[in-house]
Amino acid sequence: MNHGVPCRSALGRDHAASGSRPRALLQMLFALFLAFSGAANAQAIDPLPFKDHAQEVRFQNLTRQLRCLVCQNENLADSNADLARDLRHEVFGLMQQGKTDDQIKQYLVDRYSDFVLYDPPVKPATWLLWFGPALFLLMGAALVLATIRKRSRAARIDSRLVDNATIEQGDDW
Amino acid sequence: MSRSLPLIGFLLLVGLFGFGIWWNTRHDPREVPSPLIGKPAPEFSLPLLDDPGKTVSKTSMLGKPYLVNVFASWCIACGEEHPVLMAEGRTLGVPLVGYDYKDAPEDAKAWLARHGNPYDMVIADQPGRTAIDFGVYGAPESFLIDAKGTIRYKHIGPFTPEVIERELKPLIAQLKQEAP
Repeated sequence: MNHGVPCRSALGRDHAASGSRPRALLQMLFALFLAFSGAANAQAIDPLPFKDHAQEVRFQNLTRQLRCLVCQNENLADSNADLARDLRHEVFGLMQQGKTDDQIKQYLVDRYSDFVLYDPPVKPATWLLWFGPALFLLMGAALVLATIRKRSRAARIDSRLVDNATIEQGDDW
Repeated sequence: MSRSLPLIGFLLLVGLFGFGIWWNTRHDPREVPSPLIGKPAPEFSLPLLDDPGKTVSKTSMLGKPYLVNVFASWCIACGEEHPVLMAEGRTLGVPLVGYDYKDAPEDAKAWLARHGNPYDMVIADQPGRTAIDFGVYGAPESFLIDAKGTIRYKHIGPFTPEVIERELKPLIAQLKQEAP
């Protein structure tokens, strides 16, 4: 029943137990199989009494934007973890109370911080995250511009030298 | 200058990646920061594990600081933490409240009987509903709540003697000064 709730044991231990390579591969395949069958099961055993199809679509949309805290690389809609199931029920319950998507998100953020959102909100603490890539692009552009300028200046000096050289040559002749 | 530019870029990247590695060895990337620190603890009302007829609520706990330790019999890391709580729990100077999380009461009782009970009281949250209000996403987790019912500190993962010494005890001393 509680298989999906994390227990904070040393996670590394499981990795240490892998055997020879073919066996490890088999184990991985088996784990994959389990994971997928589990996910299929989760939807089969987790039917929520939606009012209509529109509400179900809204629910799927919303839970897909929320992060499963236990597995973290899964969203709430897909996760088979016990806590994810609890939170899905929570989201469902809040929907029945007539809460908007934003209110439901805020409800979870109040408890689990922005971490539950796949799209972090734009605020001073996340400026670097949001605008960092643009910053790097600008830095790159500045570098390219500086290089081009320097080269063209060097080329101009070169050509002047050549011109002078030809003039001098002309004088000589 | 322009010839050393690639080297400078390379060194910057080394620095950046090195910092990333260093940061990840010191911080658990799976650790979710609690937005509840400094905020009032959520209202709760949970039955005692040993006497489900009686409930403990936030209001009934007001007046002095206490430490809530989220544990479960199915949780392996709680077993790692348990001896630390057995050894240090009584020396903390605040009540240690066990929070039995998503656990069958019989399992929890058997677990405590086998390993010893470091708690002054144990409250049970079998459905795990109240735990969501606390932002619990696993066990063990611990919350230090002050006399006014404000969450002052959260520790994710098992307590070690070092963490208790370095983080918990100074804070408890401070809380006791605030509300003797």
